[in-house]
Formats: sequence, C-alpha cells, structure tokens
Amino acid sequence: MGKILAYIQCANGDPTRNALEAFRAAQLLAADLEYQLSGTVFGAHLPDSVKALKMDQLIHVQSPSLMSYTPELFVAAMDAVMKTESPDIMIAGHTYQVRDWLPRLAGQRNCPMVSDCIGYHIDPELIWVRQVFQGKINADVVTSAEQVIVSFQSGAYRADQLENGNPSIRAMEVDLSQVTLHVRPGEKFQDTKDSIDLSHAERIISVGRGISEEAKLSIIHELAAVLDAELASSRPVVDYGWLEHDRQVGSSGQTVSPKLYLAVGLSGAIQHQVGMKNSGCIVAINKDAHAPIFEIADYGVVADLFEIIPQLTTALAERQKA
Amino acid sequence: MKIFVLIKQVAAQGSVVKIDGDGRWVEETNLVFTANESDNYALEEALLMKEAHGGEVVVCTLGPERARQVVKDALAKGADRAIFFRDDQFADLDSNALGEVFARILREEEFDLILSGLQADDTGEAELGPILAQKLNLPHVTMVVETELPDGVIKVKQELEGGWFRFVEADLPALLTIQSGINQPRYASLKGIMAMKKKEIREITMADLGITAAELSAMQSITRLYIPEKIKETTFIEGSAEEIATKLVDVLSNEAKVI
Ligand SMILES: Cc1cc2nc3c(=O)[nH]c(=O)nc-3n(C[C@H](O)[C@H](O)[C@H](O)COP(=O)(O)OP(=O)(O)OC[C@H]3O[C@@H](n4cnc5c(N)ncnc54)[C@H](O)[C@@H]3O)c2cc1C
Ligand SMILES: Nc1ncnc2c1ncn2[C@@H]1O[C@H](COP(=O)(O)O)[C@@H](O)[C@H]1O
Repeated sequence: MGKILAYIQCANGDPTRNALEAFRAAQLLAADLEYQLSGTVFGAHLPDSVKALKMDQLIHVQSPSLMSYTPELFVAAMDAVMKTESPDIMIAGHTYQVRDWLPRLAGQRNCPMVSDCIGYHIDPELIWVRQVFQGKINADVVTSAEQVIVSFQSGAYRADQLENGNPSIRAMEVDLSQVTLHVRPGEKFQDTKDSIDLSHAERIISVGRGISEEAKLSIIHELAAVLDAELASSRPVVDYGWLEHDRQVGSSGQTVSPKLYLAVGLSGAIQHQVGMKNSGCIVAINKDAHAPIFEIADYGVVADLFEIIPQLTTALAERQKA
Repeated sequence: MKIFVLIKQVAAQGSVVKIDGDGRWVEETNLVFTANESDNYALEEALLMKEAHGGEVVVCTLGPERARQVVKDALAKGADRAIFFRDDQFADLDSNALGEVFARILREEEFDLILSGLQADDTGEAELGPILAQKLNLPHVTMVVETELPDGVIKVKQELEGGWFRFVEADLPALLTIQSGINQPRYASLKGIMAMKKKEIREITMADLGITAAELSAMQSITRLYIPEKIKETTFIEGSAEEIATKLVDVLSNEAKVI
C-alpha cells in the first residue's frame, strides 16, 4: 500500500489554517489512491484538534528542540521521519516556514518538490496542478521519482471539509544531537502596529504597478476622495516607495474585506488575492483581459486605467451633485 | 566580502504570455526578457554590501544565449565579473538539477555569501536557494528584507506572513534569498555600461563542468499549460471611457449598492 505523510504545522498550540487545508488535500488524495495517511506534528504539544482528524496514524515528534522553528533541526527531524516511514508523497501547506525548510529537505533527499500546488488530478497517472507566470497560466506537472514532496497553496483546499477520525498516535524519537546549528532565528515581532488600519474600510481603491509612476497616483487620490475610499496597493507600489507599507494588501500586508474593492492596474497575483478575495464586491480595471484579478472580479473593465479613472471621478462627482 | 548573486532571466513583468503550440511552454518570440524582480534586489544588496565592506560581486546565470543580457546588465550596474552557464535546454532542468549545476560551479570558488531572489516570477517555485544551500552545506535564510554584517556572521530581518518579521543570525558563508523592497535597485550609468565591456564573462557549458545530461535528468516536468478557469462570473463593462464610467457608477450604486 502506498503512503502519504503530511506535515501539520502548528503555531500557538494550534494547527495553522494552511496546514489544515493541505491536510484536506492529503485526505482526498489518500482516498483517491487508497493510500495510507499519516500526519506529523513537531514539538512537545499535540493539539486536540489534530488528534480528531481522520488519518491512519499521527506521528508526534516530541523533541523540545522542535518547539520553535529552526531550519536545520526541522530538516533533520523530517528526514528521520521519512527514513522510517518511506512515504511516496509528503505533503505540507505552502507557508513561509515551509518555504524556508522544505526545499532544503528535497535537496537533501534528492527528491522532486512540486511547490505551491492548487490541486491534483489522476489521469491515470498522478498530476499536480500549479500556477506559473504569477497566476496567469496553470501547469500540469508530473514527477518521476520514488518520493515526491508537495506543498499546497493557501486556500487551495477547504479546511471546513476535513473529515474527523480517531488516529492511532505514535510518539517518535528522533536523534537531533548531531545537528550543528548555523542559523539562529530570533523571536517573531510585528513592526510598529499598523497606523493605517484598512480592515474597517468600507471602500478601498487598490493600485498596482500599472500606475507606472508615483506622480500618476494623483488621479487615484482624486477618485478616492469622491468615492470616500481608502487607498491601498499591491506590493511593488510599496517596494518602490510610492505608498506607505501600511497600505499594502496581501500575504505580507493587510487582509481586508471591504464592501467595495476597486483594483486598478493590478494583476491579482495569489499573494495579493489572499489579502482581499473576501471583499464584498470586487471591481477590476486592467488592460490585460487575462490578468488573474478577473478570475475573482464581480465587475471588470478591460481598458487603460488612465482613460477610465478620470472619467469615473467625473461621473461620481456629478452623481454627488445631482 | 565575496558575494555571488544568482540572476534568472524571465519574461518582463506585465508581459502578455501566450501558450505555445506544444502546450508545454509559452511563445518566446514576442516576449521581452529581463532579470527576475527579486534577483534585481539581490544584486543591489550585494553591491551595497561591497560598497560598505569592500570585496567582489560575481553574478551567475544559467539560460539560453539570450540570458547573456542579464549578466551584462549586472556588470554595467557594478558587478565585477560574471559566470554565464549557457544551456539551451535549461527550461527542462528542475530545481534539484539546477542546484547541482550551481553547486558544481560554486564549489570551485571561495565566497562569503550567495544571494538569490526568493522566487522566479515565471515558474514560481521558490526552491533553488534552499536546495543549493543544502548541496553546498551552507546555512540559509529565505525572504530577507534587511541585512547587517557584524564580524563573521550575517544578521538579517526575515519576512513572515501578515506583517510579522524576525531577526535571524547565520554563520558565514551563507545563502540568503532576497525579498523585493529590501532596497531601491540602481540603474546602470553610462560609465558603468562602458566599463561593463571590459569585464569578464566566463562562459561555461555542461561539458566544462563534467556533468552528463543523465545526471541532470529532471524528476519533474510540465506536461501541459492552460488558462485557469474563472472562479466568479465577471460582468464586463464595455464602451467608450465615458460610457464605462457612467455604467460603472450605475451598477455600483443600483446593483451592487456599494456607493
Ligand atoms: C512571498 C511573497 C509575498 C508577497 N506578498 C505580496 C503582498 O502582500 N501583496 C502583493 O500585492 N503582492 C505580494 N507579492 C508579490 C506578488 O507576487 C506580485 O508580484 C504583485 O502582487 C504584483 O503586483 P502588481 O499587480 O501591482 O504588478 P503586476 O503583476 O506587474 O501587474 C500590473 C498590472 O497592471 C496592468 N496595467 C499596466 N498598465 C496598465 C494601464 N495603463 N491600465 C490598466 N492596467 C494596466 C497590467 O496588465 C498588469 O496586470 C508577494 C510575493 C511573494 C513571493
Ligand atoms: N536559471 C537560473 N539562473 C540563475 N539563477 C536562477 C536560475 N533559476 C533560479 N535562479 C535563482 O533562484 C531563485 C529562485 O528561483 P526558483 O526556485 O526557480 O523560484 C531566483 O530568484 C534566482 O535568483
């Protein structure tokens, strides 16, 4: 029987959402392939919510040195688990922590890693689906190796569809005494608490690299004024120093869900979408009809923003006068 | 400080990409190629470190003939020399194979740091940095947004999800993957462009490294590319700019009721 091993990342005593979503993918895959499913948790604490998940076996690697994250120890620990378990497929959520250590494990085990997958299908061989060109195109990927490591994108599967069960729990000892630490991570911290809180904004205009230069932001400011909207942006606009960091929406910025999210000259890469996809009404103005933002937009305008925005400002101003 | 920077040539941001006839890659003929975005920030960070601490910046790329341009651009910005691994079949290499190639090149060199981008904008795997670090037995830190070089170690600020960070210290030599926004990348000056012409571009091929194609055979490959299905039904608003504006105001107030 084939085997799937899932890494269940925990933080503050609970599994992370992305880990649970990836675990749902693992449950589905185990059912489709009729494979045995094991989960793995690192660190002293085993959350009850994980013990209640449907799987054949839950491996608990208790070593206290795994309580907090260090890449070298995590690689060594998972390598040891994989040596005993020999899974055909190892699955994790594509979190920042996983991005840090899982490719290193793939290097160590010389096995392929298919990262940031959004799905799989069986046709009749197993095919992984991932995005390329920043979400503009999907790719089917196949592997030819005895073992494959796969990470799943945040939101690719639904944690609320997880099946519950009563797995047998196995405490596993791993010997980490030989690992010398060359990387010393410090404590997590948040930079100065966001002074601009976009999470309560009712209307947001979010501007992307399509604005092309800082001076052109004035047309967005004018629109924001008549629309009574907060200004937000994609990452590059902040990277270039055109807007304050507090206005960045996405995986490394704020998460927002306004009534209206107007995305202007912004492609809608996944790292942006995770921060705004729950908005009430998403309107996108983009000159590329294939921009990924249109996959989640309620209303779309395929046009040059420099033609549309001033007209929109005028139309809104007239409506207010009327 | 001797710093190696890995730069991948990719389709420029905002390119309209079309799937090719084979259905396994995109049509390259009408694409404009540039250095990958985060790699550009990595190069700038290396140049800043060299300016502050002295040393050498060596840029390294692997790709077909067209990729020569990214090392030329880097030399024009101030990198000291370049290694160009020319390989027309490079698109078929997976991250482990790429890691093996770069490991062979770098094992012959001495260095304090290797900087790469955090992920390639075309294939988006975010794997090569940690894989290469493993192959060279180096410590690594991903998603670096700040660097500092006290004696013998590197201190960096690492980006985490949702506005969280942490400081990480690593022994040298080390590999860092750089996140965008860490600095403001420079443009090449005219003087830099003139100076570039005299700088060394060492060109190597598979044969020079003594690697056989079989050793690099990919363990993963793309079998098909396709346009993603839409999740939501989008209502597209068309017309002249003025008409679009009027219609948009109408649907936002009367249909969506959000203004
Ligand atoms: C680990 C990680 C974390 C990240 N975190 C975030 C994050 O928190 N937030 C975030 O936004 N990104 C984040 N990113 C970056 C993300 O992957 C994208 O690169 C980024 O969102 C792209 O920004 P953009 O849409 O403004 O630019 P682009 O992708 O370059 O898109 C510009 C768009 O403007 C359109 N356009 C150009 N000119 C015009 C015009 N005149 N009129 C109309 N349309 C026009 C183009 O068609 C294009 O679609 C992260 C990336 C990584 C790897
Ligand atoms: N062919 C290549 N040549 C040079 N550098 C590369 C190449 N492929 C990847 N890289 C580097 O590795 C980083 C991560 O790439 P990837 O793992 O493919 O997402 C990139 O940002 C580059 O710095």
